[in-house]
Amino acid sequence: MAAPNRGRRPAGAQGKPGRALALILIAMVALTGGMFWAGQLTPRLGIDLAGGTTITLEAKNQPGQENAVNETNMNTAVGIIERRVNGLGVSEAEVQTQGNSHIIVNIPKGTNSEQAREQVGTTAQLFFRPVLTVAAGGPAAPEPSPSASAGGAPKDDKDKETATPPSGSPSGTPSPSATTQGRAVTEGLKAPAATPSPSASTSGSPKASESPKPGESPVPTPSADPATAALEKQFTTLDCTDDKVRGTLGDNVKPTEPAVACGKNGAGEWEKYILGPAEVNGKDVDDAKGQLDQQRGMWIVTMDFTEAGAKKFQKITSRLSQQQPPMNQFAIVLDGEVVSAPQVNQTLSASAEITGNFDQDSAQNLGNILSYGALPLSFEEDSVTTVTAALGGEQLKAGLIAGAIGLALVIIYLVVYYRGLSLIALLSLAVSAILTYTIMTLLGPAIGFALNLPAVCGAIVAIGITADSFIVYFERIRDEIREGRTLRPAVERAWPRARRTVLVSDFVSFLAAAVLFVVTVGKVQGFAFTLGLTTLLDVVVVFFFTKPVMTLMARRKFFASGHPWSGLDPKRLGAKPPLRRSRRTTAPTTDPKEA
Amino acid sequence: MSRLGNLGARLYQGEVGYDFVGKRKVWYGVSILITITAIVALAVQGLNMGIEFKGGAVFTTPKADVSVSQATEVAEEISDHIPIVQELGTGGLRIQISGVDTAEADRVQAELAKALNIEAASINADLVGPSWGEQIANKAWTGLGVFMLLVVIYLAIAFEWRMAVAALVALIHDITITVGIYALVGFEVTVGTVIGLLTILGYSLYDTVVVFDSLKEGQKDITKQTRFTYSEIANRSINSTLVRSINTTVVALLPVAGLLFIGGGFLGAGMLNDISLSLFVGLAAGAYSSIFIATPLVADLKERDPQMKALKKRVLAKRAAAEARGEAGEDQQGEAPDDAVPDGAAPAGAVVGPRGRGRGRPSGRR
Repeated sequence: MAAPNRGRRPAGAQGKPGRALALILIAMVALTGGMFWAGQLTPRLGIDLAGGTTITLEAKNQPGQENAVNETNMNTAVGIIERRVNGLGVSEAEVQTQGNSHIIVNIPKGTNSEQAREQVGTTAQLFFRPVLTVAAGGPAAPEPSPSASAGGAPKDDKDKETATPPSGSPSGTPSPSATTQGRAVTEGLKAPAATPSPSASTSGSPKASESPKPGESPVPTPSADPATAALEKQFTTLDCTDDKVRGTLGDNVKPTEPAVACGKNGAGEWEKYILGPAEVNGKDVDDAKGQLDQQRGMWIVTMDFTEAGAKKFQKITSRLSQQQPPMNQFAIVLDGEVVSAPQVNQTLSASAEITGNFDQDSAQNLGNILSYGALPLSFEEDSVTTVTAALGGEQLKAGLIAGAIGLALVIIYLVVYYRGLSLIALLSLAVSAILTYTIMTLLGPAIGFALNLPAVCGAIVAIGITADSFIVYFERIRDEIREGRTLRPAVERAWPRARRTVLVSDFVSFLAAAVLFVVTVGKVQGFAFTLGLTTLLDVVVVFFFTKPVMTLMARRKFFASGHPWSGLDPKRLGAKPPLRRSRRTTAPTTDPKEA
Repeated sequence: MSRLGNLGARLYQGEVGYDFVGKRKVWYGVSILITITAIVALAVQGLNMGIEFKGGAVFTTPKADVSVSQATEVAEEISDHIPIVQELGTGGLRIQISGVDTAEADRVQAELAKALNIEAASINADLVGPSWGEQIANKAWTGLGVFMLLVVIYLAIAFEWRMAVAALVALIHDITITVGIYALVGFEVTVGTVIGLLTILGYSLYDTVVVFDSLKEGQKDITKQTRFTYSEIANRSINSTLVRSINTTVVALLPVAGLLFIGGGFLGAGMLNDISLSLFVGLAAGAYSSIFIATPLVADLKERDPQMKALKKRVLAKRAAAEARGEAGEDQQGEAPDDAVPDGAAPAGAVVGPRGRGRGRPSGRR
């Protein structure tokens, strides 16, 4: 009754299988071509397969600054970390946000991961605080009273850093300054930090005459001591040489309150400080960099302030410049640690430079910290994974072997169970594999996709999902044959139902992958991505490859006649001969139409 | 294989079959028992949470000339914590130290390298802060919640609310069982385990959805016939997709088994192993629940529907009448519907009831 219609449908679809196949063939060729064009023949490997370090950072709000973890700040942080990491000469380091409050930093092998970690970890709060007291950082300073000359005693002038106005423009007239400078340089050999720069700026700075003084003799400071007793007590017992103590020191320190802090001096020795409330913060720094001052032949750090920052900086420097050492210093505090504590000899405003015992590294480092350490966010290392290239290679190998074994088992099962039909399943799997591989490879340069171990797992697991679609279809076809249909109508009739089942179940599977991808972080995401991708490709392959090929194969005698090895032998499938025989009386009318 | 092929045919024709729906109470009981065991195990023993959830460090060394006990001693001395040291298939060692924070771990790594006489750079380190695992777990729970909600909505739209409910129950059942097995056996729970567990979500439902799809097809025009009750149709849906369900599960388990074998045998431990282990357990549970729990549950819910109640009454009444009429008309009746039902794949016999069996026997002999 409905047979004629059904009979015609395959005929109508006869043009289609070719078209669909051509389409998928073009897609495959295009993707492969794209692969060669992009010069990327293998998928980019993740850190766990290629070796390297992955750092997962979690952003935390600073006390008093809720809601700081937002998209803008996170993006800025990513930018900052990226510049820093790449500033280390790490090529291809990757920094991305993940979820709302995580940043993932991937550093490929071959770079100093420890240094990178430090750089990444120190993206934090930057404050300029006036120095109240300085002492040697040891556990029990011999004379821990705030008035102790400890601040000056262990230190050499050499290690002092000094903030001055930029010397670039004033020293544009080399000869006049040369006279003053000549002396300064010789002195500078002994005390390169304190003296040369102030004198270099002589021409420009009215206060220059005062400047050499503070550097010369660190006079013991009678503590004018606004610090509370508690702070002093903390200061006395503070042991800056202890990593653990330092690690927790910066926690929960409010910028508006005085604080104790540790820092290394130019000679690399730990010193401890009592610092006043923060007066300038990292955001006030417009730009800063470490650069080589050609004229003086030394590394300096230049800073430019924003308009608001300039005012604040002017205020603090005008006050500090009147003070006696060590209270004429301001400390640049990053994450509770003093990274530099230059003296101020004069009022400074919009731009300034810090001179001292810098080498290229330390100058650039300080420049980086000054310009990028200006976020209202602090980060905590959630996980750090370091994988050597050897283990990465091993894991990749293991993944590939596991995949090969899994695939082989599936193939054996399909061949044994479906016989000839398995040929179609295998071809489909192959097409699916090619598409997955090429797309993954191309996604590397396109969106930074990197194949990691969970992703490999996802791909292996996906073999099952992909194969299942064929199983659904094949079982449907067999059901139709059991109903007594010949192959060609069976193939066409089975399709709409198999199609629906495949779509519904793939949708559920894709939904799981999508939810996982959106909600989770890190390794789980890589897995979810592969699973989602392969599920989509499964639909594509079933629609544009398996079905058309099945239609074409149904025309071949081997399958159509139900050869015992075709996997479609009606007898074997239990399409009962009596049923067919009993139909045969009516069949002649339908069979020719179907054929 | 031909026997299996035949079995498929006979299952499809309804000649053989297992009365999944009829015996549902037994399977509900089994499931409840397993679930209770799982919950008790979880409550009593708890889960063996890995380093990733406790915070700490995992170091993987290349081949070293140190025994496990030596390495344990050394690591304990250095870190002040009790380490877990395993030997890997590669000859290297996997040293887990919990309670070490990420900053301290650097020092431990350096000293470990010195003590074990290997290069620090050749040690793989996995340092995890104490809150990381919690975050992953929290996100996983969120994911689970969101997914369940979406799936219930989707299934309610695509199928009907009863199926959505049944699928959800089956899903929770699978996860409980998997978690319970982890608690019982004491497998270590890692991020890989969580990944595997979350994947089960998709898989378990995938299986369930296929059975439901067939059920949806079977229940088309159900009220217009009086031969089968809803439960019988549901049962036949399960049986007719049984071959596919088995095939799917086998095909899904094979690659996972490959992963498990390689992950466990070749690398000793790690992500591959963890993912595949939880997948393996979960997939098995998923296949079981979609057949034994989800569909019978739908039937249970559906039978409460007044329409279905009425249908059942009609069917039973008709059967009683037919029985009264005697055996004579039965064969004809058995043949007739095959042609009468327009949809070719529709009823070809039931598993339940004397008629189905009576019809199956003669054809089975041929």
